[in-house]
Amino acid sequence: MLLQKGTAAPDFELYATPDQKLKLSELKGKRVILAFYPADWSPVCGDQIALYNEMLKFFQKHNAQMVGISVDSKWCHMAYEDNRNIHFPLLADFEPKGEVSQQYGAYNQEGGYSQRALFVIDESGIIQWSYLSPEGINPGADGILEALEELENNKKEK
Amino acid sequence: MKIIKKKNNLMANLKPPVNENDHHTGNDKAKITLVEYGDYQCSHCAHAHPLLKELLEEKGDYFKFVFRNFPLKEAHPLAMLSALAAEAAGKQHKFWEMHDMLYENQAQLTRDSFIEFAESLDLDLEKFAADLQSETISSKVENDFESGIRSGVNGTPSFFINDKKLNIYDGTYESLKSAVTDYVQE
Repeated sequence: MLLQKGTAAPDFELYATPDQKLKLSELKGKRVILAFYPADWSPVCGDQIALYNEMLKFFQKHNAQMVGISVDSKWCHMAYEDNRNIHFPLLADFEPKGEVSQQYGAYNQEGGYSQRALFVIDESGIIQWSYLSPEGINPGADGILEALEELENNKKEK
Repeated sequence: MKIIKKKNNLMANLKPPVNENDHHTGNDKAKITLVEYGDYQCSHCAHAHPLLKELLEEKGDYFKFVFRNFPLKEAHPLAMLSALAAEAAGKQHKFWEMHDMLYENQAQLTRDSFIEFAESLDLDLEKFAADLQSETISSKVENDFESGIRSGVNGTPSFFINDKKLNIYDGTYESLKSAVTDYVQE
């Protein structure tokens, strides 16, 4: 099952480039948006990743880092990032295959790929919003923005 | 054709609703408003363009048509400039003329096209060039983009009919037409 609001986000360390790994806990102090998606190059995700790529300044306004995750290899991600001018890290959940996606409850066992799942994680590493999109449907970004705004509002009320 | 469906219970609403900053054509007094979020370098939008023209010709009395910019500038290098060009032409009351020209010439679009288009529309070129770089024009386009995000736009073209996201458009004229005519019957 998809990890829900209030759960501590499991830490992980995955390749972001051919020679650099990114560890989730290194991002503490920032909000993190995790976007699990089935594959580089496939048309629907293409639109989804392209959409997030245009929105980085909106995420920055909320002190949030966008991170994509799929089971594609680091080399595949590199080619895809170059081809599409992607300006945020795409992590390779490649070996053991899909391990992180499984921990987050966002893995399609039968097909062997990450499901289209979104998580908004707060500054202290707690999941504050999660959403599993139906297969083949680009979830857009309105849900992410609303979750980030809610975090902002809760902070003000405190 | 891209899949732009969303589950009904998640059906997004248009934010903000159509207002005086929007470019519109068709019947201004109609009870139905069709809004498109589009990118001038998106091939799916160029595909939809003649369908919309035909619909405006055939059913233009039934609805008001509004276009908002949703340029994916990382994916399409001339998308932003195109959006600015249409808005700059709008400052000289030629928004829709430039809009048509951009879509009709999408395949041949280059950096030099914009001035050529402006010339052929008899625009004041000095004003056009200044407007292309103005703050007002760029914030109009950026506000359109942000409104699209908030409205749940997940790809282009995305349509809204009376503020509700339209999920039945499948790239055919019939699907677009039925969106408008079904509303009339209700």
